[in-house]
Order: sequence, then structure tokens, then C-alpha cells
Amino acid sequence: MSGNEAVARGAWEAGVTVASSYPGTPATEILEAFAGYPGVYAEWAPNEKVAFEVAMGASLAGARSLVSMKHVGLNVAADPLMTSSYIGVRGGFVIVVSDDVGMSSSQNGQDTRYFARFAKVPLLEPSDSHEAKAFVGEALRLSEEMDTPVIMRLTTRISHVRALVSLGERATPPFLGFSKEPTKYVILPAHARKKHPKVLQRIKDLGRLADASPLNVTEWGDREIGIIASGPAYAYAREAFPDASFLKLGFSFPLAEGRIREFASKVKRLWIVEELEGLVEADVLAMGIRVDSVGKLPRIGELTPQRVRAALDGVGESAPESASPPNMELMPFPRPPTLCAGCPHMGVFYTLGKMRDLVITGDIGCYTLGVGSPWNATHTCVCMGASLGNALGIDKAYRLAGKEQKVVAMIGDSTFLHSGMTGLLDIVYNGGNVTVFILDNRTVGMTGGQEHPGTGVTLQEEKTKAVDFVALCKALGVEHVQVVDPYKLPEVYRAVKEALAYQGPSVIITDRPCVLIEEFHRTQPYLVMDELCNGCGACLKMGCPAIQVIRREVVRLPNGRDKELSHVTIDPAGCNGCELCVQICGPKAIVPVGSTSRAVAPSGPQS
Amino acid sequence: MTGNREKREGTDPLAARTLNVLLAGIGGQGVLTASQLLAEAGVRAGYDVKKSEVHGMAQRGGVVTSHVRIGRRVYSPIISSGEVDLLVAFEEAEALRWRSEVRSGGILMVNCLQVAPPVVNLGLFKYPDDPLANLRAFDGSFIPVEASALAVQAGSPRLAGTILMGAASAVLPLAVDDWEAAIRARFTKAEVADLNLKAFHQGRECALSSAIRQSGNQAIGR
Repeated sequence: MSGNEAVARGAWEAGVTVASSYPGTPATEILEAFAGYPGVYAEWAPNEKVAFEVAMGASLAGARSLVSMKHVGLNVAADPLMTSSYIGVRGGFVIVVSDDVGMSSSQNGQDTRYFARFAKVPLLEPSDSHEAKAFVGEALRLSEEMDTPVIMRLTTRISHVRALVSLGERATPPFLGFSKEPTKYVILPAHARKKHPKVLQRIKDLGRLADASPLNVTEWGDREIGIIASGPAYAYAREAFPDASFLKLGFSFPLAEGRIREFASKVKRLWIVEELEGLVEADVLAMGIRVDSVGKLPRIGELTPQRVRAALDGVGESAPESASPPNMELMPFPRPPTLCAGCPHMGVFYTLGKMRDLVITGDIGCYTLGVGSPWNATHTCVCMGASLGNALGIDKAYRLAGKEQKVVAMIGDSTFLHSGMTGLLDIVYNGGNVTVFILDNRTVGMTGGQEHPGTGVTLQEEKTKAVDFVALCKALGVEHVQVVDPYKLPEVYRAVKEALAYQGPSVIITDRPCVLIEEFHRTQPYLVMDELCNGCGACLKMGCPAIQVIRREVVRLPNGRDKELSHVTIDPAGCNGCELCVQICGPKAIVPVGSTSRAVAPSGPQS
Repeated sequence: MTGNREKREGTDPLAARTLNVLLAGIGGQGVLTASQLLAEAGVRAGYDVKKSEVHGMAQRGGVVTSHVRIGRRVYSPIISSGEVDLLVAFEEAEALRWRSEVRSGGILMVNCLQVAPPVVNLGLFKYPDDPLANLRAFDGSFIPVEASALAVQAGSPRLAGTILMGAASAVLPLAVDDWEAAIRARFTKAEVADLNLKAFHQGRECALSSAIRQSGNQAIGR
């Protein structure tokens, strides 16, 4: 099973009953898998902060609980994390965070291990699926024994790696119930001041436990080289140097100082292999121990056995600062992620992209792809919900400078519910002249189609109340709210023009579902009548991946200039029948399949 | 971890080394499903298997890769650059993109299919003129497979991945019954399983009848 599935299984076996999360690559599948087990409550929360608070609440009630998220999700949940360290737990509480080390689907490459040090809570790092399952139970026991939340850090190469896992039975720890202890659970300044020294003492005690922990394993080999490693870095180092001695840190913060001192004293050269930041390295150096790998390992991107070998064996060149640098000669062309054929975002991007004088603030989701060609319709992307605040700031700055600038914020349904509502409230409260597009495709699209408070269905597939976006925006104080069909370009255009002309905050909500969810119904696909296609290439400006160029030719125009024509076809298997391209085809060459006896067979691309 | 280890004892081709297979294609082509079949066949053959995937943003019509490593004891879930034994490319330009990952003497298997992304259709980039001709110069075995064409004939373009795994089975040291069991485990509906089993054998025949088969077998057994 994958590391994510293994975490879910481990949580179920360890008797976790309540778990919460917000979808985010590479952590999404943990809660999806957990939700399928009997006797559990699993939910998508609107954001990671709420998810954290829900799981923490279950712990305070005496149940074993879990919260999972991607690395940047912990930024959102950092507020309750920092104080839950002071408050502690009642039932075991594990915070599972998966770092997207190679930034395959994230806006930064931050290292969650900092958060364990920051919040002074213990950190466990499994190195494969088998450990991912086992460590959940260990984390919960440690949590209860030491009255602390525990962070378990995964990375993409744990979460999305499938490996063999042996299964066990479910334990049923007793339900403790809530206990009214204000000095513990009500963190008034007076209580916090008493807690602070206890937190410091706890981290010392945890260090002693780390020294005795079976999660930290010494594997003696050749004593010429001793390697301290954790997480997937252990797997890479183990493969790069199969004969070396290893101290594998599964319980990696606080550090097992006694074990490290003993290990270091018995090997000739000491190397520390860790992905991203050199945190263990810094701590071991602070112990006054010589480390022979300082400055050698790359601090960007994922390691591989080869990168570890090249960095440390002294034979390879110095560590490259990018993962497996591509050979440019062999790279035919970039293949960036694209929108799907029939994606309801396309018409909005197309319309906004044509309005060159706009500043368009973007957000986190599939619609971030609006930054690319042919639309160029996204000008910022920071973090969940930032489009609204960014838009207001831009609007205010221009107005103070005495200049006119139309600003549009573009955000998805789930992202809006995650952290866009407060931004919109600020725009209303402080009189921003901003148009907000809520691209409601009724799912969390980028992570693979999860439910959220706007879909009317829960993670455990129960029907529930769906947010009414129009009523919500009006309740926040927006008076100009329009709902448009994003497949009808004139409607989108009119709505944007009207909203931009309106003085004050305005919202436009689109109402077509993501083409990848059940709610979407594919309609009649379209084809191109080759004899009618004049090669103008206008349809290509829609950016639909189902439209392919089959023939290019250069013609001389009457004014003497050369123009390249692009004759196209539509992949009938790919076309979802959205009709967006039909509306921009000048010669009306795009017609429904079946409406003509001639069809143009798709063939290989030409250039 | 049960399976066919007993019958392989003594002649285990992976006794001392780990098999590295890289699958590369485009989001939506079924790369992850195909790699799941390979991983499952490896598990059924009694090996330790690690399989690495890319999810999320990269999946949306972008490049998708999956690393599958099979052996007695596998540590790293990803294959180091230049150590791929078999590359299965689901598209011709992707074969060009990833072939430098293949070790000298390794096998490059490619689905004869060209898919131009929007950046090429828009004229921002050019699709290579004849990737297959270029790939033939590869230092190792080159096995083109008409997987997508066969899949369309068989009734669904989605079968291409299974056809490619059938072709891969001709050069990998895993028994056919382990592959078949893997296919039945992945496709629980009987008619879907049957379609895929047929597709698997079609792909296998394709590669077996390929003139390059001999060198291919050598390459993996080394």
C-alpha cells in the first residue's frame, strides 16, 4: 500500500476514531483511505486550522485522533499547533504532515521538521510504508505518555510510494471523556506561564526517551563511515553506501543525543544525510561532534542514491543544486500541466486574458494554470485565499497614487471557503473596488476531486447542507453578485464588463462542474470540417487540449506579409462538448459529430 | 510476500540486483495503472517492490512518471539517473525526454503515439520531426510497440497501458501467471479483466515477435 494508505491503516489499528484534514498533495489520500474503515469519523474540514482544532478537540475528549495535511497546510494550522504544545493531550493526538520536497505540486519547499523544533513537540520520521503504519501507533503512545501532540513527517516519497505492509488488528483503547481542568485546557497567560517551563522539561525528557527508543536503530557495518539519516534519506544513503554503519533516526526530534555520541565515537568519519535543511547536522555540530559531511549535500529538492553518492564519496563532482539536471538537447519541449478539455475555467481565462488592462490576482488550484499560454490571465499566486487580500491591496495602492486600475481576483470554490471568505469580508468592510471571480466547479479539483462544504456531500459520503455562494457573498455585504454559465462566452463577457463598471465590490460565480467529477455530463463531441477550416487558429486561443493542429502552411497576404495558417482537428475521444471553441470559430467549421457525413480523422501533430 | 519464490530459488535473476523500470507518459494515459500491474506482478513473484508516483498538479495533462523497483530488498523508492533497466514510454516525445535515464545496454520501449501539448499547437514549441528514427540510435535495445493503435482496435484507447505491460513482460523476469493474477486483482469486473488479459497477451506477442527480443532478454538478465 502507499505510505498514505499505510498511515490510515496504522491509525485505524491504533484505535483512532476521529480524523480531520483538508486535501493537499501529497497528503490527500490519508483521510480518503481512513474514511473507508469501520467505526471511524473522518471529515474534510474547510481548512487545516479547523481540521487541527477538530482533531485536537477529539483528543481533549479522550479519543485517539489524527489530523493530516500537506506541508504548507501546517502554516495555516500553526496557530493551534503552537498552543496545543502547551496544553498537551488527553487521548493520543498525531499530526501527520507530508512535505512536497521536490515541489511537484506546491508553492514552496519548506521543511516541516522546523515546526517540531518551533513548537517543541516530538517528531517521528518513517522511511517507508511499513514504518509509516507502525509509527502512527508509536506516535499515539508517545503522545499519551508525554502529554504532547506528536508530529509525524512524511515526504512525497513516503506518501506516494507503494510498498509491502503487514496488517494487524484494531486496538480499542478506552474512551476517557473530557475532564474539566481549566489550568490545563484554558490557556490564560497565568496558565501559559506555568506551562512554559513544563514544555522545556518535557523536551528534555523526550530526549531521554529518544535515546531508548526502538525507532532509532543502529546498524553496524564498516566503521570507516558512519551515517546518521532519517526518512527517505535513509533509504537513499543505505543504497548509496550499503557497507557503511548507520544510525537511522525514526524518532528524530528531540535528538537521541546519547545514541548519537556513542555512534559518532565508534566511526571514523561521520556523515549526516537529510533532505532539505541541515537540521540534524546543526544540532549534532552544536553537541561539539565533528561532522564530515558539512556543506556537501544539496539543500534543494529530493535526494536520490546517486545524488547522495556524488555528494559524499569524494569522487563525484560537488553537489548540483537542482535535482537531476535535464539534458536540454534531449528535452523536446516542455509539457506543463494543462486544463482538461471542456474545463469550465477556460472561457473565463479566455475572456479575462483578452482584457489586457486588468491586474488579475490568482489563487491555489487548477486555475493557477491560467498563468500560462494562451491565456496569460493570472498575474499573482501566493497561498490559499491570497487573491482577495492581494487584490484589495493593489486597488488601494493605485487609488492612493491617484491612478485608475481595474483589479480582478480569481479563486476556486473550495479555496474560497478555505481562506477566501475573510478576504472578501475585508474588501467589503474597507470599500475595495474589486471584482471577484468564484470559479465554482463543485469540487477540490487539483487534488483529484474531493468534497467540500459547497458540494453537499461529506467525506464519508453523507448528504449535507451545501453552501449557497450567492447568499454567502451577500451576507458578507457584496451587493453586486452575478451567476454565469462559463460555457457561454457572451454571458461571461457581459458579466465582467458590468462588474468592472460597478463601483464597489462585485462577485461573479460560475456554475459548471469540473469535467472529472460525476456531476459532469459529457455532451455531443464536436469535429472540424476541414474544407471549412481556414486555418486562422482562433480556436487555439481557447487552450483546449482536445484541439490539435494537423497542418501548418504559410500564405502570402495581399499586403505582402506572410501569415502562418494552422488547420486543426478535434480529438473526438477528448472533446467534452462544451462548445467554447464553436463560439470563436469564424468560418463556423466546428460542428457536432454526426451532423455531417465527413469526419476528419485525427492524425499525428505537425509543426 | 508469498508467491513463486520457491520455484525461482537457485536461478533468481534478481538475487543480487534490483530491477529498475521507469514508466513515463502524460496525465490521463494510465501510467499509474500500468505501473500498479507491474508492481503487483513483482509482489506476486515473491519480491520486495517499491513504486513511486507523481500526483497532483503534474497529473493534469503534464508529464507523469512512475518508478518501479523490484528485488530481494529494495531501499530507495526512486531510481538514480542513468540506472533504468527498462523505460516504458507511453508517447514518443516522452521517450526522448527520459531516455537519458536508461543505463547503457538497457531497454527503451516506446508506444508509437505522438501527442502534442497546447504549447506545441500554439506554435510556441516544435514537436520533434521523427522521434522514432532518433530513438533507434539508442545505445541498447529499442522496442517500438503500436500499443495505442492496438488498443483502439481492441475497443478502448485505455488498454494501451496493459498492452505495453504485456510487451514489457516479454523482457522482464516475471512469470506470466504472476502478471495475469495482477491483472485480475486490479480489474475486478470479469469482462474488464478479460479485455485486459487479451490486451496483455497481444502486447506480449508484439514484443516477442520483435526482432530485437534476443538482445532485450540479455539486457535485463545481465
